[in-house]
Amino acid sequence: MFKTLCSTAAVALALSATSALAEVKIGSIVELSGAGAAAGTNFRDGVHMAFEEINAAGGILGEQVSITEYDSQTDPQVSRAMVQKAIDDGVYAITGTVFSSSTIVNMLVAQQAGIPQFTGSEAPKITQMNNPYIFRTAFGSQKGIPKMTKYMAEEMGIKKVAVVWANTEFGKGGHSAFVDEVGNHGIEIIADIPTEQAQTDFSADVLKAKNSGADAVFVYLTEEESARFLREAQKQSIGLPMIGETTLIGAKVIELAGDAANGAMGHVGLTADADIPAMTDMVARFTAQFKYTPDHNAIKGYTAAYAIKCVTEKNGKVDSQALADAMHGLKLTVAECPGVLMDVSWDETGEMSRESFFVEVQDGKQTIKAVLPPN
Amino acid sequence: MAELIQILVSGLAAGSIYALAAVGFTLLWQASQTINFAQGEFVMLPAFFVLVGVHFLGLPLWPAIFFGLLLSLLILGVAFKRLIVEPMLPHGTLPLVIATIALGLLLKESVKEFYGATAQPFPAIFPQTVYNVMGASVSLQDICNLAVSMLAIGGLQLFLSRTRTGRCMQASAQNPAVAEILGVNVKRMVLYTFLINAALATIASVLISPIYLAKFSNGETLGLVAFIAAIVGGFNQIRGALVGGLLIGVIDNLSAVYISAEYRAAMPLLLLIAIILLRPQGLLGTKEGRSV
Repeated sequence: MFKTLCSTAAVALALSATSALAEVKIGSIVELSGAGAAAGTNFRDGVHMAFEEINAAGGILGEQVSITEYDSQTDPQVSRAMVQKAIDDGVYAITGTVFSSSTIVNMLVAQQAGIPQFTGSEAPKITQMNNPYIFRTAFGSQKGIPKMTKYMAEEMGIKKVAVVWANTEFGKGGHSAFVDEVGNHGIEIIADIPTEQAQTDFSADVLKAKNSGADAVFVYLTEEESARFLREAQKQSIGLPMIGETTLIGAKVIELAGDAANGAMGHVGLTADADIPAMTDMVARFTAQFKYTPDHNAIKGYTAAYAIKCVTEKNGKVDSQALADAMHGLKLTVAECPGVLMDVSWDETGEMSRESFFVEVQDGKQTIKAVLPPN
Repeated sequence: MAELIQILVSGLAAGSIYALAAVGFTLLWQASQTINFAQGEFVMLPAFFVLVGVHFLGLPLWPAIFFGLLLSLLILGVAFKRLIVEPMLPHGTLPLVIATIALGLLLKESVKEFYGATAQPFPAIFPQTVYNVMGASVSLQDICNLAVSMLAIGGLQLFLSRTRTGRCMQASAQNPAVAEILGVNVKRMVLYTFLINAALATIASVLISPIYLAKFSNGETLGLVAFIAAIVGGFNQIRGALVGGLLIGVIDNLSAVYISAEYRAAMPLLLLIAIILLRPQGLLGTKEGRSV
């Protein structure tokens, strides 16, 4: 009897030890509630889908990936606590957060613990803080906005612009990158209109932009606010091209704004409508699994998961420091890592480069007007 | 001039919807001394009832709105009165206020859990046509929102002053003991008040959700603005709540355009402070004595 008990205990111990070892823990810290829920949910689902595929194909270096989910509530301080909790839980790498105002705060915790963090945030400041553990999953607005302003000036002939922007860390980053850049292309800002986070009534903001005498309106708001802005713009017959960086023409905005989104234009680093077979396949699988069309945030999450897999397998070991080290100056091609969907590279600051797209919403779908080269 | 017309129309349209919610505050206060801090959530919730009707039951929009109205009358009217107000009221106003705060949180979190944290598109019930009025773009949606809200509040005023039931409701609000002696079924009159509040909340919800989108957190702003509107106009007068709602809608837009978008949220609060200091009973309210 005693022998049986001992052998059972030994087997149980061995099994639990094996399962503890044979597991790559990923902390998914995203905005599942609050103003960033639309973006966070997409990012989370992208991460989940990729790791499910990776697990089904044998995991990373033969180990299964387990994802623990943490809701930042779109609150920087909560996000900081969640990153700490994930680190305490022993994660190998972190995916998220998406909102820059959260990432700016929580990335310091991951940095102190030496855990690589793959963020969906696009504020320029994030890769300018000498943090060797932060890596983007889409390039920052300081890289996207120059591409877009060049296109606005050279291809659309815009000379005067009204800027409507979110008065948050995300919005400030995009706003300042835009303000810095437009001068280089002879575009004058004639109305500067800040808005508040989670603002619902945009009638005054649309009115100011409409009466400003601008050739176009540059809109730099989060998804839900962008949708409300577009609805109000339609209600007031704004009659001006509305151009945005990434969010304005996102899938969630198109869903929320309905036909008010038609005609909105913008630059997007990733789009579900890109004419890339791997992207089309990913979008089809995602739509079938989650019953909604993914936006750029879902693609960011998906590619982040595959970047973790490919780089870890290149390293030959599950080691957080080795992962962070290998990411700097790395180029991942689709040929060697199909899950990244497009050739991509990261520099020494964690900033990334990739081809991107200028799109217009037509009949509720993004239509690619131009493919812009990496910068 | 065109800009001013645009601001006034947008402000009045938004303000009229705030007024619907504010009238609910005053009705419940007068009928049962209930300050309903879940009023914002009462306006948020019917939009989700309608979406359930459309997406889960496959109803066309108007039947779904009727379905939403029915659910609102049952849950926000009858159930709210029977399960929360009646048991809590004997313990005084403060426990009831806390209970309504708790109810607001429960409704908000339940919607988040059931329908998700992201905003949902809500179909517009009026055409998106835009008219040019002296250079201003005036949308049919704004005009219709304003008209429907005004009709609802005007109809309520007429109902209260011109019908026997309405006068019984007023009598019950002013002096329930005397009303009861005179043969008025006070409990039923109070129930009518709760049902009217639920109906007004449904109208406000259906009008505002196409613009604000349906989201679990919509009640936070709406509840606060409606509460301020009710105090500014006069907490014990329906017409006061109407004036308060319209005033806040217009001031909000005027301050966003001519002062600063960053301080627009502070303007209704500044107005509230000014009213409390200069005319505590509100613009159209009447003084109420309280003895201890």
